[in-house]
Order: sequence, then structure tokens, then C-alpha cells
Amino acid sequence: MDDLDRRIIMATQEGLPLTLRPYDDVAKTVDADPADVIERMKRMLDQGIIRRVGVVPNHYALGYRGNGMTVWDVPDDRIQELGRKVGALDYVSHCYHRPRHLPHWPYNLFCMVHGKDRQSVEEQTARIAAILGNTARDHRILFSTRILKKSGLRLVA
Amino acid sequence: MSATEALQLDDTDRAIINEYQGGFPLTEEPFEDVGAQLGITAREALERVTRLLEDGVLSRFGPMYHAEKMGGGLTLAALEVPEDDFDRIAEIVNAFPEVAHNYARDHIFNMWFVLATETPEGVAETIAAIENATGLKVHNMPKQEEFFVGLRFEA
Repeated sequence: MDDLDRRIIMATQEGLPLTLRPYDDVAKTVDADPADVIERMKRMLDQGIIRRVGVVPNHYALGYRGNGMTVWDVPDDRIQELGRKVGALDYVSHCYHRPRHLPHWPYNLFCMVHGKDRQSVEEQTARIAAILGNTARDHRILFSTRILKKSGLRLVA
Repeated sequence: MSATEALQLDDTDRAIINEYQGGFPLTEEPFEDVGAQLGITAREALERVTRLLEDGVLSRFGPMYHAEKMGGGLTLAALEVPEDDFDRIAEIVNAFPEVAHNYARDHIFNMWFVLATETPEGVAETIAAIENATGLKVHNMPKQEEFFVGLRFEA
């Protein structure tokens, strides 16, 4: 990443301009050629610096009011296989291996589950539990009770 | 998955939401391409995206960046906050610009936040600063491996 990449990131991390030629406007902001802005963004997409370009729905507005962070205690030597299996389910949005914090926190597999309400999240979690069977020694659903802050990622100069 | 209930969305709105959670064109006139795909004008495609954002159906429009690949640090961390001190601690935590999201959750670990920092070292520095400011132990739970990211919500 060079200085122009960083300027492009800063100019677009809050979103693209809502204009017919948004990359032209980004180019003006970062003082570069529009074709270069597009080229740089394509490269960052290829490199995975940009995960994707598009719209992000507000899942609450779409009716997904239930969101549960499900956490599972699975054997470390099977976590890849199990994580991939659970991550492939269509109601799981993120699936990560994270460290345990004993004694309060024996869980090492984190899977965000989304549904239209708490009950559907509970049902989906039960389905995950059935898939994992007795390889999961324990699990929990942590529902979010309040959003305290949601500002997105931000690169500051 | 789909869970739409009482939203006032027509088929074109749904197509925008369902088809463009990725793959928005990186072209000079991207709304021309979107419009052509959806059978509407570029102007109308732009107006619809604008309206969906204004109505809060969309929370963002543009590139989604990957913090670690930008050279920064990212982690999930949890606090065990005394209930009667919860709001004050939330204010302290939220005041850190590195805190990208913060959620209250129903567990003894009742506050969960995502830290996004300029550098990988920034994570440990910010955790130390939050511990100092709150007097509470931060339980750091950095990702060790990612199995899947990117649910496509359907409208």
C-alpha cells in the first residue's frame, strides 16, 4: 500500500459518493486520475484489502432482528473441520477460531447466527448443536441486548 | 436467507439489495452497468441506492476494507462490567476511536467490542489504555483463524 492507496481508503471508507461517476469524485478528493483510482481499487480487491464493493443491508431493517453470537467449546484439533462445516450454513455470517479465557470462557469457536427473532436464532443454534453432536462439549448464545457503538472501521491520517 | 416483513420494497429494490452486496462495478459509470442489469436507467439506480440508504434499509454503500490486510490490527474483546456502572464504562470505552463496534450482551462478559487499530501493535496499546481508563480487565479474543465471513442477507 502506498500513499495513494491510503488516500483512496480514507476517501472511501465511509462510503462511495452518491453520484453517477463516483470514482471521478473520489479521484478529485485524492487528486488522482479516475482511471488510476479504479485500477487501485481493483488491485486492492484482488489482494483482499477490499473484501467487496457494494451495498450493506441493515439487517434489522430487513427483518433480521435476532442476532446471536453463538460460542462453542470444541476440540482444538478438530476446529478447522468443524468451523468450515458451521461456516457454510446459510444463517451463519462470521465464523472464527478465538482463544479460550478460562475459567469463565471455555469457548473457542465463534459463529454469528442471524434470524428474524430470538426464537429462530435458538432453533438455528439447535441445528448447529445437532451437527456438532458430542464434539461440542458446551455452547452458549450471547444475544446482543444493546448496540452501544457502531462506527465501522476507520483509518485515520 | 430472507426475513422481510413489512418493508416497502419493490422487486427492483430487492434486486439491488440481493445482487449488489458484492460485485458493484469498478467502472467509470457503475450505475449504467447496474441500471442495464436491472432494466432501469443509471439515474434511477442511483436514486434507489440513495433512498435505501436514507431509509436505513442499507447501512453502507462502497468498499468494505479488511483491517488486517490494510496493515492494521483487529480484535474482539470483552469486559465484565458491574451492572450499576455499565453506562459510565460504555462511555469511556466508546470514546476510544479504535472501538469500531460495541455491544451489550447477556453474559457475565457483558460488553463486547471490536478494536481496529492503525498498526498490529495498536491492539495491545489500546487494550492497556482501556484497562487503565476503566480499571477493568480486558479479555482479548483475537481471531486465530477465519472460517467464513460474509452472509448475504436477502430482502
